[in-house]
Amino acid sequence: MSLLPDFSFYNAVIYIIKGTGLTVSLIIGSMLIGLTLGLPMAAIQVYGPRWGRFLVGLYVWFFRGIPILVLLFLFYFGIFGLAERLLGQILERRINLPPFLATLVTLGLTSGAYQSQIFRGAILSLHLGQYKAALSLGFTRVGALSHIILPQALRVAIPAWANEYSILLKDSALAYVLGTTEIMARIKQMVWITHLHVPFYILAGLIYYFLTWLGIRALKRLETKTRIPGLGMEMEAEIAKNDQSV
Amino acid sequence: MTNQSSVLPFERPKAAQAETRPLMEARNITKYLGGKLILDQVSLSLNKGEFKVLIGPSGSGKSTLLQCLHFLLIPDKGDVLLEGKSAMDMSHKNICAFRQEIGMIFQDFNLFDHLTAKDNVAIALRKVKKWSKDQALSKARDELDKVGLADKAELYPAQLSGGQKQRVSIARAMAMEPKLMLLDEPTSALDPELIGEVLNVVANLAKGGMTMLMVTHQIGFARHLVHEINFMENGRVIESGHPESLLANPASRTAMFCARLSELTGNQ
Ligand SMILES: Nc1ncnc2c1ncn2[C@@H]1O[C@H](COP(=O)(O)OP(=O)(O)O)[C@@H](O)[C@H]1O
Ligand SMILES: [Mg+2]
Repeated sequence: MSLLPDFSFYNAVIYIIKGTGLTVSLIIGSMLIGLTLGLPMAAIQVYGPRWGRFLVGLYVWFFRGIPILVLLFLFYFGIFGLAERLLGQILERRINLPPFLATLVTLGLTSGAYQSQIFRGAILSLHLGQYKAALSLGFTRVGALSHIILPQALRVAIPAWANEYSILLKDSALAYVLGTTEIMARIKQMVWITHLHVPFYILAGLIYYFLTWLGIRALKRLETKTRIPGLGMEMEAEIAKNDQSV
Repeated sequence: MTNQSSVLPFERPKAAQAETRPLMEARNITKYLGGKLILDQVSLSLNKGEFKVLIGPSGSGKSTLLQCLHFLLIPDKGDVLLEGKSAMDMSHKNICAFRQEIGMIFQDFNLFDHLTAKDNVAIALRKVKKWSKDQALSKARDELDKVGLADKAELYPAQLSGGQKQRVSIARAMAMEPKLMLLDEPTSALDPELIGEVLNVVANLAKGGMTMLMVTHQIGFARHLVHEINFMENGRVIESGHPESLLANPASRTAMFCARLSELTGNQ
C-alpha cells in the first residue's frame, strides 16, 4: 500500500497531528477577530443609535443566514480574488493571498456576528442600572462601557464562549475546501493515498474531541478564576440542595 | 466713638443675599417618555445647604424628575441651572463634568458587582478624576469609614446586606465631593430593620450641611430634618412648603397622602 517510498502509518499520524497547529491558530485567530468585532457591535446594539443598530443587525443577519461553506467560497473566490487582482495591478506582479488568510477572515467575520449576539445577551443580563450609575458619577459612555459593563459582560459570556469555541473548531474543518492544510485537509490526503477511510476518520474524530475537551476545560478554569465572590451563591446553594435531595 | 467699620456688619447680609442664587434650579422641565407626558413644566430650586423632599404617588414622575436634574434623561423643554450655569445645550464632555458635581443614589443601589466596596468607591476617582490608585483608595477608605463600613472594604456587593450596599453607594457618590445629592427612594428596597442605618447616614449628611433632594416616603424621618416638602402628582409639583405647615393642615394633599401611607404601613 506504500504509494510514497517512506510511507508509514506512524508518519501519517505525525503529519496529521502537525496540522493541529494550523487548526488551533485558525480558531484562536478567528475567536480574537470575532471578539474585537463582536464587542463593539454588541455595545452598538444595546446602547447605540438606530442606524447603528440597523447596520449591525444587517451584518449579523448576513453571516448567520449563509452557510459557512458558501461564505468560504464567496470570500476566497470573490473578495480575495478581487483583492489579488487589484493588488496585482498596483504592485505590477502576481499576488497570491494564502487560502489560510481567506479562511481566517471568513471564520473571524462569522464569529464576530455570533459573538456580538453572545455579548448582547451578556450586556442585557447585567443590571442596566450600573450603566446609569456610572454615568451619574461622570463616566463618559465609552468609559462606562469599558470600565463597568465590559468586565462583567466578558465574565457572563464565558460559557457561551465555550460553545462558540466548539462550533468554530468544527467549522474550521471546512477550511480544507480552500486548500488550507489543517487537520481535515491532511486526513483527506491520507485517505486518498491509503484508501483507509475508517481509521483516519476515527483519528480525526479523536483529535477534534481532544481539542474540544482542552478548550472547554481551559474556559471553565477561566470562568472559575474570574468568578465574582458572592455572586450567584444563592442559586448554587439551591442547586446543591436539590442535588442532595435527588 | 463710632467709625465707618461699625456699620459694616449690617451691610454684609445684604451683599451675601445678592450672591445667593440657588445652587440648583430647575425651570419648567417637561419630559415625554414613550409619547406620554411624564413631567409637566416642573420648577424647583435648591439653595446651598437645603434639604428638600419629594413625595407623591407611584408613577407621578419623581424618578424621571431626578434623572432630568442629573441629565441622565435630557429634558424635552425647560432648563436646569447649576450655580447659574445652564445645562441645556452643553457638549457631551461638559455633561459628564456637570454630572460629577451631582451625586445620585438609586433605589436599587446599582453598585458595580465586579468590584469590592472600596473599588466601587475608588473607580470613578481613578478613571474619571484621574487620581492615582493610592490616592483614590485612601479616599475610598475615608468615605467607607464615614458610613461605618471600614471593615467591609474588601467585600463584594453580593456579600453585603441591602443596607450596607446603600451605604457603599452613598460613600461612592460622596467621594466625588458633589455639590448636591439626589436620592431616589434610598430605603424602599430595604427590609424594615435595615432602613434605620441608611437614614442615619442621610441624617449625618444633612447635619454636615449637604444640599439634598430626596424622594422618600419616610415622612417621620423627613418632617424633623427637611426644609421643604414638594408633593408631586401627574408630573407636576402641586404643593410645596415647610413640613410642619403642610402636615399640620389636614386638608393639604400632602397630609392626606401621608395619612393614607401611615394607614397602609400601620404606624408612624
Ligand atoms: N422609559 C419609559 N418609557 C415610557 N414610560 C416610562 C418610562 N420610564 C417611566 N415611564 C413612566 O413614567 C411615569 C413616571 O415614572 P417615574 O418617574 O418612575 O415615577 P415615580 O418615580 O414617581 O414612581 C410612569 O407612569 C412610568 O410608567
Ligand atoms: Mg420612582
